[in-house]
Amino acid sequence: MTPTYYLLLSALLFSIGAVGVLVRRNAIVVFMCVELMLNAVNLSLVTFARINGSLNGQVMAFFVMVVAAAEVVVGLAIIMSIFRTRRSASVDDSNLLKY
Amino acid sequence: MTSFLAQVEKITPPEIAYGLIAPVLIVLGAACVSVLLEAFLPKHQRWTAQLLLSLLTIVGAGGSLIATAVGDGFPPQGQITLAGTIAVDKPAIFLWATLLVLTFGAILLIADRSVEPGGAFVAQAAIRPGTVQDRAQVAKTGMQTEVFPLTLFALSGMMVFVAANDLLTMFIALEVLSLPLYLMCGLARRRRLLSQEAAVKYFLLGAFASAFFLYGLALLYGYAGSVRLSDIANATAGTNRSDTLLFAGFGLLVVGLLFKASVGPFHAWTPDVYQGAPTPITAFMAACTKVAAFGGILRVLTGAFADTQWEWRGVLWAVAVVSMVIGAVLGLTQTDVKRMVAYSSVAHAGFLLIGSIALSPSGLSGTMFYLVAYGFTTIAVFGVISLVRNADGEATHLSQWAGLAKRSPVVAGVFTFLLLALAGIPLTSGFIGKFVVFTAAIDAGLTPLVVIALVASAVAAFFYLRVIVLMYFSEPAPDGPTVTVPGAFTTIAITLGAAVTLALGLWPDFVLDWAGAGAFIF
Repeated sequence: MTPTYYLLLSALLFSIGAVGVLVRRNAIVVFMCVELMLNAVNLSLVTFARINGSLNGQVMAFFVMVVAAAEVVVGLAIIMSIFRTRRSASVDDSNLLKY
Repeated sequence: MTSFLAQVEKITPPEIAYGLIAPVLIVLGAACVSVLLEAFLPKHQRWTAQLLLSLLTIVGAGGSLIATAVGDGFPPQGQITLAGTIAVDKPAIFLWATLLVLTFGAILLIADRSVEPGGAFVAQAAIRPGTVQDRAQVAKTGMQTEVFPLTLFALSGMMVFVAANDLLTMFIALEVLSLPLYLMCGLARRRRLLSQEAAVKYFLLGAFASAFFLYGLALLYGYAGSVRLSDIANATAGTNRSDTLLFAGFGLLVVGLLFKASVGPFHAWTPDVYQGAPTPITAFMAACTKVAAFGGILRVLTGAFADTQWEWRGVLWAVAVVSMVIGAVLGLTQTDVKRMVAYSSVAHAGFLLIGSIALSPSGLSGTMFYLVAYGFTTIAVFGVISLVRNADGEATHLSQWAGLAKRSPVVAGVFTFLLLALAGIPLTSGFIGKFVVFTAAIDAGLTPLVVIALVASAVAAFFYLRVIVLMYFSEPAPDGPTVTVPGAFTTIAITLGAAVTLALGLWPDFVLDWAGAGAFIF
């Protein structure tokens, strides 16, 4: 089993995440897709650490996890506050700012 | 147990030059203290304590920065510390000083309570907009003082960002600077729904962009086996590694950086967030994020990708053109002052990118000078925008600015001067900034790009002049907005911005020399 397959899987997951951000309507789901992208990156970091034979990539994956956790805290707070006002988390409803 | 420990390889802790990174440590430490103040002080004392702490922090960090930079201990070119993750060199010192002074102005705008009774920030962000409690809190004169620690955290992130010597540090700094900004965007006292919407948009798009940055980081790690800028540069210099990894990684990384700098096709969030965020936060974001983002772009391009510039230069060339065209053309169609300034910032980002891709010492110093000039002008512009108000808060629609010179000649005069600086008229810092950046670009063989940039400046000048004409040659509407007489804080911030804009237009030598004093070290 070559590590390349893991890289391909990670690229696939990243693309699914990116497409999800672009096409999904619910802010929570959009946000989950961003998390999917971050975790896809973790998979590549760990695979590259294996390929390069150094542990740095695995340590970086921990950093990414911490950042992702911090991002969840901030993101859910923001999405919650707008959800309580609008009773909807759809990104299409947020349409006051334009032109 | 002991025999096992004896086998473990001793890890030597990295050398830390505390003196050199003291400004960052001071800001970070003060941000933590600021959180504690928020937790333990009674509500009515917080504003005073937070403001004092923030201003003292900036002054203290500035003092330690000066002590470092002119002290004997400072190596001529700078020093890399913290196990190679932070490079404190001449450009880093310059950008730190810029960030500190700009944040000083922004904190004054944030703290102001004279223009809007109680300040531009909501008293209780958790209260739902549109409810009875929300209408009651409009009259309250408190504010969510968490803005101050958030500003300090964002500042510390920006300072690390411009000095980061490896991509992982840069990523962490990017998040440390972004996360507080997302929150601060949603805290406006008036038009809270707009403000929350701006926060959601900024957050979702910002998180999306940082995921791209991170994937770029991972691919470059796979390419070079390290995320240090110098290691990536070494790896690009003639190896048989996969070019796919290198250029895919570079592209994704740059997308993340250009997003933060609100360049060209990655600018979609800029107008919405600039319009929806509380105006003092817009000022902070517009001035300081731009400085930080371009500081990072300059360092990454020179440090890691200078050898491959012939491969990527064309791409960034096109991005700069798109950015200038979008900024100048869409700026023409705007009817809201804050959105207009947002598109102007997109155009300016294009000009800054020209200086950044020149990759020469004069390109570096020119871009950094441009950042200083643009930052101070922007702080003052948003300071003035916050003064023109009606019963609903700020009157940002352009039609409401008609005949403003008749109501308040001073404010209209200052705003005219600032718009001329943004347009790049001589005797302002904007002119010198454009001049040095374009000169550096022509020396670096980017003449066609400079021609496009001049055309874009001319188009952009039209929408600045349109506002000036509107202010001076239209009759004021009978129910038009009033111009608030600002208190000391806003006055100082606007004066600081306008004075620097004028001073750099007349005597740019000092800052130009300082910007050109040294190069990045890796």
